[in-house]
Amino acid sequence: MNGIHDMGGMQDMGPIYHEKNEPVFHAAWESRVFAMFLAAGAWHKWNLDAFRHTREVLPPTDYLESSYYEQWFSGLLDLLVRRGLVTAEEIQSGKPAPGSTRATPPLTPEKILPALPNRIQAQRDVPGPSLFKVGQRVRARNINPMGHTRLPRYARGKVGTIDRDHGVFVFPDTNAHFLGEKPQHVYSVCFAARELWGAQAPERDCVYVDMWDDYLEPA
Amino acid sequence: MTPELTPEHHHEHGHDHEHQVVPSDPTLRVKALESLLVEKGIVDRAALDALVDTYENKIGPRNGARVVARAWADPAYKARLLADANDAMADFGFLSRQGDRMVVVENTPKVHNLIVCTLCSCYPWPVLGLPPVWYKSAPYRSRAVIDPRGVLREFGVQFAEDVEVRVWDSTAELRYLVLPERPEGTERMSENELAALVTRDSMVGVAKVLPPSKVQS
Repeated sequence: MNGIHDMGGMQDMGPIYHEKNEPVFHAAWESRVFAMFLAAGAWHKWNLDAFRHTREVLPPTDYLESSYYEQWFSGLLDLLVRRGLVTAEEIQSGKPAPGSTRATPPLTPEKILPALPNRIQAQRDVPGPSLFKVGQRVRARNINPMGHTRLPRYARGKVGTIDRDHGVFVFPDTNAHFLGEKPQHVYSVCFAARELWGAQAPERDCVYVDMWDDYLEPA
Repeated sequence: MTPELTPEHHHEHGHDHEHQVVPSDPTLRVKALESLLVEKGIVDRAALDALVDTYENKIGPRNGARVVARAWADPAYKARLLADANDAMADFGFLSRQGDRMVVVENTPKVHNLIVCTLCSCYPWPVLGLPPVWYKSAPYRSRAVIDPRGVLREFGVQFAEDVEVRVWDSTAELRYLVLPERPEGTERMSENELAALVTRDSMVGVAKVLPPSKVQS
C-alpha cells in the first residue's frame, strides 16, 4: 500500500528531535500497551506483519499526529477483535461477555520471558533455491499492491546488486493478511545512492534494502 | 517535535474511521483494556510487570556495548560477530543461535554505517532495547536514506567525501547493529572500561565513540 508509512526519501518533515536521557517509556500507559501487545501476542493469533499493517491503514493524518504507542494501542485493539480474542462489545463495556470462558493456560512470566530473544520467528528452515546469487545485478519490481508490502517505494524499479543472501523467511505481503507464509529467500540488496536519488547524491554512498525473491527480477 | 494527540484533536473529514487512534485519555482506556484482558485470562498481570521491568531495566544499550567492547578487545570474537552475529551474541546470553536474526556492520576509516527502518521502527531490541522516539519519527525515517550525511550533520558528525556512507534500511526481519570504530587512547583499557565508552547512538550509526579524554570532559 502506498501509504504515509512508506516515507523513505520524503523531505521537509522537520528537524530530528533528539531527547537527552530519554526514558524508555514517556508514560506508564505506554509501558502497559507495550507489555499487553507482547503478552497477548504470545497466543500466536497474529504476526508482526499483520501488526505493522494495522498501523499502515491508519488515516494518514492520524498516523502523523499520533504517538508511537497510541498507534500500538490502536493496532492491539484491532487485532484483539479481528482475531477473536475479545469482542468489540467487551472492549466497549470493559467486561467479559456473560458466559465467556477464561483463556488457559495463563501466560505467566515464566512462559513469556524466555521467549523474548526469539520474538520475531520469521526465519524458516525449509529448503528453497536462491533465485538470485550474491553479486548479481537485480531490479526491484515496480509493484504497487493495495495490501501490506515491505518493498519501499523509493527502491521500486531501481537496479542494485545482491550483497548477501540471508536465507529463507516468511513473506510479509501474504503473511500480514493471514494468507500463508510463502517462505522465500531474503537478500540485502545494495543500491547506489545515485541510482536512487540522482546525480546530486554522493558518488560512493549506498543504501542496503532487504528484499524477498518476489520483489526482484534479473537486471 | 514529538507529536502528541491532544483532547482538542478532532477529525475534520467526518468520514468513518475504521481504525481510529486513541482519541484522548489513553491512561483510562489502557487501564480498562488491561483489566478486561486480565479478567479474560489473555494476559497475566505479573507477566506485564515483568515485561516492563525487562525493557526498562534489563535489556538496553549496555548489552550492545558489551558486544562492541569484546569485538574491540578480541579480534577472533570480532570475526565471529561479523560472520554470524547470533552465534557471537549468544556468548552473552542476549540471543540464542535460533533467535531474532542479527547482522553487525563494521565502521572503518573509509566506511560509515547508519541504521534506519523507513517503513516502521525495526530496531535490534536484544542488544539495544527499545528504540528512542527520534528513531521512530518521520524526520529521521524519511531523510536517513535520501540525505544520510545531512542527518549525520544534525547529530554532529561529519564525514569526508571519500568515506562511503552505507545506510541499512531494515525492511525485513534482520536487525542491524553498527560496530563503531574504537577510539584512540583506549589501547590499555579493559573490556569493561571500553564498554562504558560505547553509546546507543554510536551503535545506530548517528555518533562516533569518543575517546575517554572527551567523554570525561
